[in-house]
Amino acid sequence: MRIALFATCIVDAMYPATARATVKILERLGHEVVFPSGQACCGQMHVNSGYIKEAVPVIANHVNAFDTEDYDVAVAPSGSCVASVKHQHPMVARSCGDKDLETRATAVGAKTYELSELLVDVLGVTDAGAQLGSYFPHRVTYHPSCHGMRLLRLGDRQARLLGSVAGIDMAELPEADQCCGFGGTFSMKNADVSSAMLEDKTANIAATGASLCAGGDASCLMHIGGGLSRQGSDVTTLHLAEILASTLEEPASVTGEVRVTTGKATR
Amino acid sequence: MSTYLGMPSLPVHGTGNLHASESFPQAAHRELANTQLRANLGHATHTIRDKRIQVVSELPDWEQLRDAGSAIKESVMARLPELLEQFEKNFTARGGVIHWARDADEANGIVAGLIRETGETEAVKIKSMATQEIGLNEYLEEQGIAAYETDLAELIVQLDHDKPSHILVPAIHKNRTQVRDIFLREMEGVDRELTDEPARLAAAARAHLRRKFLTAKVAVSGANFALADSGTLAVVESEGNGRMCLTLPETLITVMGVEKLLPTWQDLEVFMQLLPRSSTGERMNPYTSLWTGVTEGDGPQNVHLVLLDNGRSAALADEMGRSALHCIRCSACMNVCPVYERTGGHAYGSTYPGPIGAILSPLMTGIQAEENNSLPYASSLCGACYDACPVKINIPDILVHLRSVDVDSKRGKKKIPTQMDIGMNAASWALSSGKRLGMLEKGLPLGRLAAGPDKKITKLPGIAAGWTQSRDIPAPPKQSFRDWWKKEHHAPGTAPAAAHDQEDQP
Repeated sequence: MRIALFATCIVDAMYPATARATVKILERLGHEVVFPSGQACCGQMHVNSGYIKEAVPVIANHVNAFDTEDYDVAVAPSGSCVASVKHQHPMVARSCGDKDLETRATAVGAKTYELSELLVDVLGVTDAGAQLGSYFPHRVTYHPSCHGMRLLRLGDRQARLLGSVAGIDMAELPEADQCCGFGGTFSMKNADVSSAMLEDKTANIAATGASLCAGGDASCLMHIGGGLSRQGSDVTTLHLAEILASTLEEPASVTGEVRVTTGKATR
Repeated sequence: MSTYLGMPSLPVHGTGNLHASESFPQAAHRELANTQLRANLGHATHTIRDKRIQVVSELPDWEQLRDAGSAIKESVMARLPELLEQFEKNFTARGGVIHWARDADEANGIVAGLIRETGETEAVKIKSMATQEIGLNEYLEEQGIAAYETDLAELIVQLDHDKPSHILVPAIHKNRTQVRDIFLREMEGVDRELTDEPARLAAAARAHLRRKFLTAKVAVSGANFALADSGTLAVVESEGNGRMCLTLPETLITVMGVEKLLPTWQDLEVFMQLLPRSSTGERMNPYTSLWTGVTEGDGPQNVHLVLLDNGRSAALADEMGRSALHCIRCSACMNVCPVYERTGGHAYGSTYPGPIGAILSPLMTGIQAEENNSLPYASSLCGACYDACPVKINIPDILVHLRSVDVDSKRGKKKIPTQMDIGMNAASWALSSGKRLGMLEKGLPLGRLAAGPDKKITKLPGIAAGWTQSRDIPAPPKQSFRDWWKKEHHAPGTAPAAAHDQEDQP
């Protein structure tokens, strides 16, 4: 299968290892990955902050980048950005009366999958240890991000994939379905409430005794990880793509207490 | 906005207690510092939340019920004028009197006038959001009329000279020790040995209220539903105080928002399954009272209904926002909201707090009223409210819509653009081209340098300072993914590019 990668802007610029891990997983399964070079961002930050006019060129750019490329399906390592592509893009195009953009955005959205959705529903991955060689000998807890959970209805796809990684020790996160408090510009506009939500999330993570918190959205992980770092915690965050890509020979690079220092993956 | 025949050309915005007088972030800052409030709220919302989930999961057709509730309300909004006229005809035919109120002032004036006509200076009240919304108690007090709340929680709030902070559990911010202290301080003739046992507190309130029920000649109520095909009003309650007020006094005055209509009796079957489960987490509420006009020799003989607009037409005129009027005031959205759970209801200013209040208040008052434009931002858009809403109001989408109404209402009016305006503009330019983003990403090593040896950014200026008040930002990576893909990626089986060791993690 020919799979187009939508890296998402935050992963492209801040967490390239997550996108590289996504490529690794898909290639390991024997698929061809393409990267439409015109891509940039889904525009969700603009839409969710009320700047619809400024969102339109960002959305148009995404649709142009992905409807000119030849591929079977597109994938992004983010529930939130995929939800934006699927739901917000056609809605914004409709609200500004651009019928052509709406039609093309709907078509791109229909072909776009979140990573766990693609792996489970389309590529039939049920056992990451057996099918991907995933190996990650750490105690891990997992935060299901809101948009994957409520807008894409990912259910337990991400958790099941993580649970099927060889060597992993999964610790259930109390109140897992509670928002971490990120919410894009909410974290700045309502910094006090956002911080109060984050405090409870990091306390719940600490209570699991896990050495890291996994998730499917780099933005929420940056938020949670940023809070843990500020609190001086040894617990870090890691995207599930990197855990799935991790093998015995090529382990994921993990910072903090559980740093793994074998050959290639670290300096 | 589309227009249609019968729609008021100039929708009147709502007045009364629908405004935030300070911005949500400011109010939230203050409320968050109240640790007792946070503990009370955390405990209470989690308890109701769990009860709701349990009774909702018992119904195999819950999702179909939500769809039905949503569809019925949508049809009501589509033909509101016609249904209101049908209701008026039937209610009047059975001996009731209808009054139409454009806004809070008109409604208050009508109610005070009706009470004055009876020669009374006291009234008992059933818990009602509409009368909170218009500030009826305060207005009546100014007119020399004492209105006594008879719902236990409303009574607590009234005795404490406080404001409700939740639409179903108005005293949710108080614990039982605080309630005992209020009773000891404010309740006439209360047992001085009163403890904070719930049964003893309830008994004290019962004794206090019984005196009011037996002497009151006038009652004021709200209504949960109005049935157009029969002219019937319905009140759904738990304590029985409502039944007392609806049956004992001679005069009954009901204040109801125009959106409470349902087309037929049969529609009640849907809402009587949705409402109790969503609000108190009960399969069925203890008391449901229905009345149709006047019954000779039985119950109130003067029956009035004030039909209140107060900004509902304005909300109805907003195509993207009008479904907020589907709200049946169950409070499920605030019970599951992580923002409400931490700030409580007072932070929202308006009578309507939580997620529904964050959309309903600005829709009814207009986005520019006082500080109401800060309300649509009081959400992380986690979506828990939409999932919990029994009539499927897409609150997150309406929040986003109202944010855009707010941003657009300020375009071209500001002399100096805000930091947010500048940032969004620049980001729109940078993020609408892969080339431009790639070019900017060449600067990532600079950010790395700025992060310093501990590889984290701990202090940012301007609006971004909100982020660094409790969160670090990791140092950016040396190379973007885009750059790596271009220079170093090679598909399996193809020639490798020059292999670099590099640090993956920022």
